[in-house]
Amino acid sequence: MDLDFDIVDLGPADHPEAGEQAPDFTRPLVTDEYWSDVALSDLVARDDDPTVLLFHPMDGAFPATYAWKEVRQRAWHESATVVGISISTPYAHKRLIDERELGDDYVLYSDPANGVAETYGIAHDLDGMAGVSEPRPAVFVLDDERTIEYAWVATEWPDFPDYDEIEAAIE
Amino acid sequence: MSDTDIVCYRLQACPFCERVVRRLQEYGLDYESRFVEPLHSERDAVKRLTGKRTVPAIVDERHGVTMSESANIVEYLDRTYGDGDDGGVA
Repeated sequence: MDLDFDIVDLGPADHPEAGEQAPDFTRPLVTDEYWSDVALSDLVARDDDPTVLLFHPMDGAFPATYAWKEVRQRAWHESATVVGISISTPYAHKRLIDERELGDDYVLYSDPANGVAETYGIAHDLDGMAGVSEPRPAVFVLDDERTIEYAWVATEWPDFPDYDEIEAAIE
Repeated sequence: MSDTDIVCYRLQACPFCERVVRRLQEYGLDYESRFVEPLHSERDAVKRLTGKRTVPAIVDERHGVTMSESANIVEYLDRTYGDGDDGGVA
């Protein structure tokens, strides 16, 4: 079957690579019970396990739903701290945590002004949504000092992470 | 966990919470804000601490104090961190 659809080429992103230190930031971190400002540097240092920083489109868009379904099915919380980040508000993150049944296994940063994506060189202006910018889909696996062990950033839109590759990086 | 002494559970745009936060700021106290949901039923984190689901609520680790009700909290903060015993700042 010949499917006739378009993938938009986003071109290369100037993002931090494996071996480099991921930029630190502080944003509201949303749990299933409340949100409070938390620095990424504090979050990665909480446990010995690696941290998966998962940039995804705004909550409610299907790639966000898919990503969390996949992560939850694979139970990555058993071997990593998995933190999502999107431009959605803390209220939307709370809904996502409820709907995807993430419980206290997963947490999400809220970054409505998209400053973190800017810092990471992965900001992406949305066509047809004037004034709205969000991160490209991207995944960074970090050690407890924010050294990047694995990096993937979409160069097409839409594009999806390679979950097997990420899983190999956290195990 | 937090590295600040006082944790303040609050609701966005709640004037009672703002009252407490203003006091924390007046006394130059280092505090962590934890925002909860407008729906009472969603506030289990607060209930576990104070037995109630109302905000504001604070936990002051340094003095082993957990309390809710803004008037009580303000009175406590004035008593503990205020300059005099008149319970207020100018």
